Amino acid sequence: MIEAPSVPRLQTINLTKSFGELRACDGVSVNVNAGEILALLGENGSGKTTLVNMVAGLYKPDGGEVRVSGAPVAIHSPTDARRYGIGMIHQHFKLVEVFTAIENICLGMPRESTRRGLMARTLAFIEKYGLGVPLDMKAYRMSVAQKQTVEILKALVRGADILILDEPTAVLTPQESEKLFDILRKMKEAGCAIIIITHKLAEVMELSDRVSILRAGRNVGEFATAKTNPRELTERMVGRKVDLSIERVHAQKRPLLTLEDVSYAHAGVKLLDGVSFDVSGGEILGVAGVAGSGQKQLCEAIAGLTGITSGSIRLLGEELAHLSPREIYDRGVRLGFIPEDRLGMGLVGSMDVTDNILLREYRTQRGGFIRRKPVRRKAMTLVSDLAVVPPDINRAVSQLSGGNLQKVLLGRELMQSPQLLVTSYVVRGLDVNSSYTIYDLLNDRKKNGVGALFIGEDLDVLLELCDRILVMCAGRVTGILDAKHATRAQIGLLMTGSEAV
Amino acid sequence: MRIRFVRRMGVSAAAKLLLRFAAVVLALLTGALFIRLIGFSPAQIYAGMVKGVTGSTISVRETVKIAAPLCVTALGLAVAFRMRFWNIGGEGQMTVGAIAASYIALFHADLPQPLLIVLMSAASIIAAGFYGFIPAWFNARFGTNETLFTLMLNYIAIYVVQYLREGPWKNPKDMGYPKIAMFAANAQLPKVLGVHIGWIIALALAVLVFVYMRYTKQGYELTVVGESSNTARYAGMPVRRIIIRTAIISAALCGLAGMMKAAGADRTLTDGVAGGIGFTAITVSWLSELNPIAIVVVSLLFSALEKGAGYVQSTYKISSSAAAVLQGIILFFVLGSEFFIRRRIVLGHLHDKA
Ligand SMILES: Nc1ncnc2c1ncn2[C@@H]1O[C@H](COP(=O)(O)OP(=O)(O)OP(=O)(O)O)[C@@H](O)[C@H]1O
Ligand SMILES: [Mg+2]
Repeated sequence: MIEAPSVPRLQTINLTKSFGELRACDGVSVNVNAGEILALLGENGSGKTTLVNMVAGLYKPDGGEVRVSGAPVAIHSPTDARRYGIGMIHQHFKLVEVFTAIENICLGMPRESTRRGLMARTLAFIEKYGLGVPLDMKAYRMSVAQKQTVEILKALVRGADILILDEPTAVLTPQESEKLFDILRKMKEAGCAIIIITHKLAEVMELSDRVSILRAGRNVGEFATAKTNPRELTERMVGRKVDLSIERVHAQKRPLLTLEDVSYAHAGVKLLDGVSFDVSGGEILGVAGVAGSGQKQLCEAIAGLTGITSGSIRLLGEELAHLSPREIYDRGVRLGFIPEDRLGMGLVGSMDVTDNILLREYRTQRGGFIRRKPVRRKAMTLVSDLAVVPPDINRAVSQLSGGNLQKVLLGRELMQSPQLLVTSYVVRGLDVNSSYTIYDLLNDRKKNGVGALFIGEDLDVLLELCDRILVMCAGRVTGILDAKHATRAQIGLLMTGSEAV
Repeated sequence: MRIRFVRRMGVSAAAKLLLRFAAVVLALLTGALFIRLIGFSPAQIYAGMVKGVTGSTISVRETVKIAAPLCVTALGLAVAFRMRFWNIGGEGQMTVGAIAASYIALFHADLPQPLLIVLMSAASIIAAGFYGFIPAWFNARFGTNETLFTLMLNYIAIYVVQYLREGPWKNPKDMGYPKIAMFAANAQLPKVLGVHIGWIIALALAVLVFVYMRYTKQGYELTVVGESSNTARYAGMPVRRIIIRTAIISAALCGLAGMMKAAGADRTLTDGVAGGIGFTAITVSWLSELNPIAIVVVSLLFSALEKGAGYVQSTYKISSSAAAVLQGIILFFVLGSEFFIRRRIVLGHLHDKA
């Protein structure tokens, strides 16, 4: 007797979804079996999030079908999805900040399941998959990784055995990602079906069993991970040959930014501790360090968003310490800043591309009125130069996919012809192709004498792209290395706090 | 069976119109049922309401007269709401505006009318602006909650009027219940087409506010601050100054509406000069999605409803509370439709898997 082919645990058949004119998903079919990890790969805006949002009941499909264990199901809301065992971990967590982990897990559960029962189940899952999280810690005190673990627990306790994770590693340190992968592998062994979205090819290769690729809302290929390689995946993803090496261009150097003994304390905690370094024009200085080692404060201190307790920050001879962003601008020095929090700080989500460019431009216009016409022209140039998809300057930027959002932000900052660029995790959440576009843009500016401070997390990128790498740990500079001769191991050691000799 | 409400995304304009239309029909049907229940003929009452609003030139004028201060107040609140500054002190700001205008009207009535009206307007704008500055300063400086602060200031303003009425501004010619004197003729707003010029001011302000919000730097800044004060700081905007400036403008507009109500409709100052307009304006403002042009239309509709209910009440001897219930039913459905425009219903069975 021939064994019947196994039925996928979750299957989408020709799922379609449009936003107005735009077809975000155009007949997408993917499937994942119990005990399998499927990686969903695709460029920014290719429809990955839209697809999983339909499965999770957040968007209503225009057409197509979802099947769970072979049976067609109608999913109208996240509650429906939960009922079919589907749990989704969004990139933006939805925890109640003032609740503890266990309170968040119990939240919204049917009354008959007692708290003690839930506690027991939670503990069982913690035990089974090795999830490390203090259950009585309030959410606002947790690290991103801990919050993510709580979200996973929440899904498990609600009976999910189909787990969908949308770019879970975008906000994790490499070590935290490793831990997450261990957990996911254990879940897979226990028979869960897992879909993971990520832009990092190394992670796809390491973790997944199968890869499904989307381009412009359509399926363009499926591979068994063991039988493919990053080059093949990238080429399939973008639809042409690509070069995966980063160039380190050489440029004329001249003095630009100098920090001397900069310290910043908040509520008694030293977030920056005697930081000194300099950046030349025509140089990219990379900053490596475990997330939360003071990178954010460093960027914001330079950009004038937080004051500093002591020390000096000089850009082209102008003292910037204690100046507000506006005063810095009025001094005539041009500083471009790509903050980590794109929608919370760099852009206004509900405004369109034009109005977001206005954020930097409006003050230079004369009189009390705003003239949008010249800005609209700039918006058009930005959208076509950086290939923003969809190329619509009247669309609220919060509707853009992560990668396109970043292009708008970077494009706007470059438009100001900055002398210094401060970028914080600038390629986070970007697809391979967009990331390279951005490295090229940075290199291009560097050739024109612009200096850049590049806060990064991928050590390989830092080593290839930057001229020098500064390593931070707990608010201090533990070393500045020449990127040409530095090694990953060297940087890793400095990141843990051992000073270079 | 269980009913759930799920947030709706991207509702088309046609669907919105249909929902709103359905709401009006439902409201009329339910209202008819209610009228039947209290023993009247729905057809007659509805016809009466329409007649009360459009029946004669006078009734149209009355409706416009109610709409003008409501519209100006709603415009003022919309400016603050756009910045997510929850100014619910429209009542108090109107009242303070009316007090300042009344001071000029009562004690400088010998001035020529145009000058007098300009002075009264200026006084109401300055006084109310200051009244808006107080909560805004505390908010910008110490992060106090503007909702509570502006609400509390409402009561203070109303008690000040009562104090003036009982004491310093009491009309000596009035025997019995204390009152403030009627304004002299040249302290009253002149009429154009039979209604005091407040309606022209309202229309002009609607256009001005529209331009201010959409085409000026200040309008742009306050919108950014409303979205995210971090982004505003990032862009180098003086956030505190913007908060204070916007709150002053918002309050000043409410104060001007108070002047219009006192000098145009009441022709004196009473403690009921705002009379709930400051609160109704919140609804008008949101129902119009903070769009100044929509505010003109919506405040007219609100006034028509009020006027129509008032008319049937006096003509058919319906009790005032029954008329209020009728008004409430209609509002309930209209506001309810906005709820459904933003959400959709999901009917489903609940098999709980614990
Ligand atoms: N709510 C929405 N309204 C309008 N358009 C949307 C909405 N959500 C997504 N889109 C559009 O649909 C397309 C697909 O977006 P989606 O977020 O699914 O991409 P993605 O593959 O997840 O990209 P990324 O890798 O950048 O996260 C994009 O062009 C995006 O602009
Ligand atoms: Mg996405």
